[in-house]
Amino acid sequence: MTKVTMTVNGKAVSAEVEGRTLLSAFLREGLGLTGTHVGCDTSQCGACVVHVDGKAVKSCTMFAADADGAQVKTIEGMNNPDGSLSVVQQAFQDHHGLQCGFCTPGMVMSSAALLAENPKPTEAEIRHYLEGNICRCTGYHNIVKAVLAASGQDAAALAAE
Amino acid sequence: MPKDHGIGASSKRREDVRFLSGRGVYTDDMALHGQTYAVFVRSNVAHGRIKSIDTSAASKMPGVLAIFTGEDFKDVGGNPAGWLINSRDGTPMREPKRPVLAHGKVRHVGDAYAAVVAETYNQAKDAAQQLADDSDIEELPAIVDMKKAVADSSNRVHDEIPDNLCFDWGWIEDNRAAVDAAFKSAPHVTTLELVNNRLVPNAMEPRSSIGEYNPGTGDYKLTTTSQNPHLTRLLVAAFVLGIPENKLTVVAPDVGGGFGSKIYHYGEEALVLAASRKLGRPVRWTAERTESFLTDAHGRDHVTKIEMASTKDGEILAIRTETLANVGAYLSNFSTATPTFLHGTLMAGPYKVPHVYVNVKTVFTNTAPVDAYRGAGRPEATFSIERIVDKMCRELNLDPFEVRRKNLIQPDQFPYTTPVGLVYDTGNYQATLDKLIELADVKNFDKRAAASKAKGKLRGMGLSTWIEACGIAPSNLVGVLGSRVGLYDAATVRVNATGNISVMTGAHSHGQGHETVFAQIVAEKLGIPESSVEIVHGDTSKIPFGMGSYGSRSLAVCGAAMTKAVDKIIAKGKKIAAHMLEAAEGDITFEDGKFSVAGTDKAKTFGEIAFSAYVPHNYPLETLEPGLEETAFYDPANFTYPAGAYLCEVEVDPETGKVDIASFTCADDFGHVMNPMIVEGQVHGGVGQGIGQALLENTSYDENGQLLTASYMDYAMPRADDVPFYTVDHSCVTPCTHNPLGVKGCGEAGAIGSPPAVVNAVIDALHRGGHTHVKHIDMPVSPARVWSAING
Repeated sequence: MTKVTMTVNGKAVSAEVEGRTLLSAFLREGLGLTGTHVGCDTSQCGACVVHVDGKAVKSCTMFAADADGAQVKTIEGMNNPDGSLSVVQQAFQDHHGLQCGFCTPGMVMSSAALLAENPKPTEAEIRHYLEGNICRCTGYHNIVKAVLAASGQDAAALAAE
Repeated sequence: MPKDHGIGASSKRREDVRFLSGRGVYTDDMALHGQTYAVFVRSNVAHGRIKSIDTSAASKMPGVLAIFTGEDFKDVGGNPAGWLINSRDGTPMREPKRPVLAHGKVRHVGDAYAAVVAETYNQAKDAAQQLADDSDIEELPAIVDMKKAVADSSNRVHDEIPDNLCFDWGWIEDNRAAVDAAFKSAPHVTTLELVNNRLVPNAMEPRSSIGEYNPGTGDYKLTTTSQNPHLTRLLVAAFVLGIPENKLTVVAPDVGGGFGSKIYHYGEEALVLAASRKLGRPVRWTAERTESFLTDAHGRDHVTKIEMASTKDGEILAIRTETLANVGAYLSNFSTATPTFLHGTLMAGPYKVPHVYVNVKTVFTNTAPVDAYRGAGRPEATFSIERIVDKMCRELNLDPFEVRRKNLIQPDQFPYTTPVGLVYDTGNYQATLDKLIELADVKNFDKRAAASKAKGKLRGMGLSTWIEACGIAPSNLVGVLGSRVGLYDAATVRVNATGNISVMTGAHSHGQGHETVFAQIVAEKLGIPESSVEIVHGDTSKIPFGMGSYGSRSLAVCGAAMTKAVDKIIAKGKKIAAHMLEAAEGDITFEDGKFSVAGTDKAKTFGEIAFSAYVPHNYPLETLEPGLEETAFYDPANFTYPAGAYLCEVEVDPETGKVDIASFTCADDFGHVMNPMIVEGQVHGGVGQGIGQALLENTSYDENGQLLTASYMDYAMPRADDVPFYTVDHSCVTPCTHNPLGVKGCGEAGAIGSPPAVVNAVIDALHRGGHTHVKHIDMPVSPARVWSAING
């Protein structure tokens, strides 16, 4: 067993974990933060994306022990302090960028990381950045629109609607 | 101005807030006191005889609580097929037992033959590996190829089924001679052999189940990833474990997509219940993604020869098909209906075809079970028809728009009886085709083709005019066709004493937004705010009954039941109002949330009536029960028939064979639309999956029955940069004539109409580029296949 200490959504946490415990499992089972989802075993689907020290990371690809000392942010930490939806989250609701909701936490975390790096991405840049997040419901149309809107661009015009 | 609430408004989805905040509750998100973990031991060979399973070492491993093998379930029932189909000669289909755990033989890679339950997931996993090492399974030759399966009776998936054939179905057998005669005398016959590629549904949430047994009460609870919890309860209770139905609750909480794959009952659900009974503790299981690839019911997998008889100017005279349909190793619940009544009955398409005959041979193989996947049979029918219409146009040098227009059923011909057993109630196929031509800017195609050419690309456009039968389904009709269940639905509308409302529906939402759109409908009808209506679904202990969500049935069937229940509420409200207002019941009108005496200003609000029903101080108690709650069951009079026209433009790189979707345009007729935003989202998703089938996705078994595409490393899921923005339209409306909302359903349309549009566009691009020797390319139209076709 290994002791890990990290900050998750602004709160210090500490636990003994097996060496093979993945960060995704630690968040879900250790901390009860079940908003981070696991959709595959090969780091392909992106449902488990969280921010580790500000970078988008697939939490099923990282051992909990490797996040020792890190600042971790999950979907549960994305809402505004008053509980309302943040700009990215609100854009997903406004533009129907989610259906079943399972890939959504990863989509939101990846989109937020993209916008932090690139505040006005083009459609092509959004599609390329989100390649590592699979959605089976939306056909991506409204996800790309939501990210355009969250960046302050005229999503409807860019989507040629 | 678009409406901002009620029917027809793009109300934002209320379920989004919890999903966007990480507060959804999916099955695997639930933690339970005393929970234990099940892990399954799965066959790594496609076909084998189980010689021995030595549990002694695994059972002594840390944390192991119980081990189960097929021996433990040999005396309980099998998981049945939902439809009994007869062969052409009248003999019933062969229905081999589908056990909870394989017994005697394993029949596909991933077939579970044992399970371990332990204190932790890792302990269960370690012990399952030990058990796999201690199992002696004699590998037998795998049966993978359907043509070989039916030709070679020496090698059998099920020992008692000599030719690996489930049934040999003809539709409609009595029409066969007339169809053959039409071909004999036809001026032109087009022939096409094609494969409808096998797909894995790939809901993003893997299947997951938790079994809970309470030894103090004898009650069971199954929490599971299901599209239809009542059907799962019925199958577990009545067919598999023999638990009294009233002692079993099935809950399907937030479910992360289904696309058909979560309609069915799977053995893992029975296992966690049985294990929980043995241990007296909750038992949970969640699939890893590779388990999902190996064991979720797959879709499609047809090999078809289709022939079309026509005049030289493109009038369709007859259609004849022969299909081999793979059902895999066992019959999944809808597997026998999908290639038959959801496929053969659609083989006239939207066209005036006098003669149609369909033959389907359904074949057992050592592969995962195959069942309904988004569209279910109708994409296969549509692909066959729309590809051969295009091929006929090329052979006769005819315009594909004009040939379709000539053959489409005319608006004044409805109701239209097809030669394959359906009566289309209404439609206007010309209108959607005209709309499509306008939206897709077909008249300027040549300019776009020239621009593509300047970049070294070949541009093509592909058309598809499609129809589907959904809103499944009239019970008396499906009973005649072999269904073991009715396909009505139910709803309860409970008006609470304070005037707000809980609606219990038999539909299940796993992405469709029912909590929002059903509330819009009820709120509109009762003249109250949407926020006063709560939708309850997915729990057999709360909902009267229901057959769940699939086959684009939620609105057309479950929505109709809800509407009927609301009508009963209004009718009772009028009686209460008549008493309170001292008027005759016949003089009471209900509008905008108010019960009024016609021609006066005397009125009671909906809230006042609700309060009076629960605090009946001034109430006709001698003739009317207190309370305000109504239940309705609704059985549809017919299928519904959404239809539309799709156009895809592609750019093909002739150097690499890579196909890019340049644009995709949809003009659909879904009848009345309740929430345009949600409807458009459904079409986007369906088209995304259709493009996936057409260009990317394939499920590949090698000759030994090993699944080569068992992870996202190998199975090409559509990603954000594989697809464009889509143009979708649903402004052409012919309301359904037989349900109260006039709705037809939209969930499957995109996946049905799009694959042939994509493939037709690729063939068109190649022909425009001079590669006229290319007659067909099977899906997925991968760069390798396109390059080989160009250079072949």
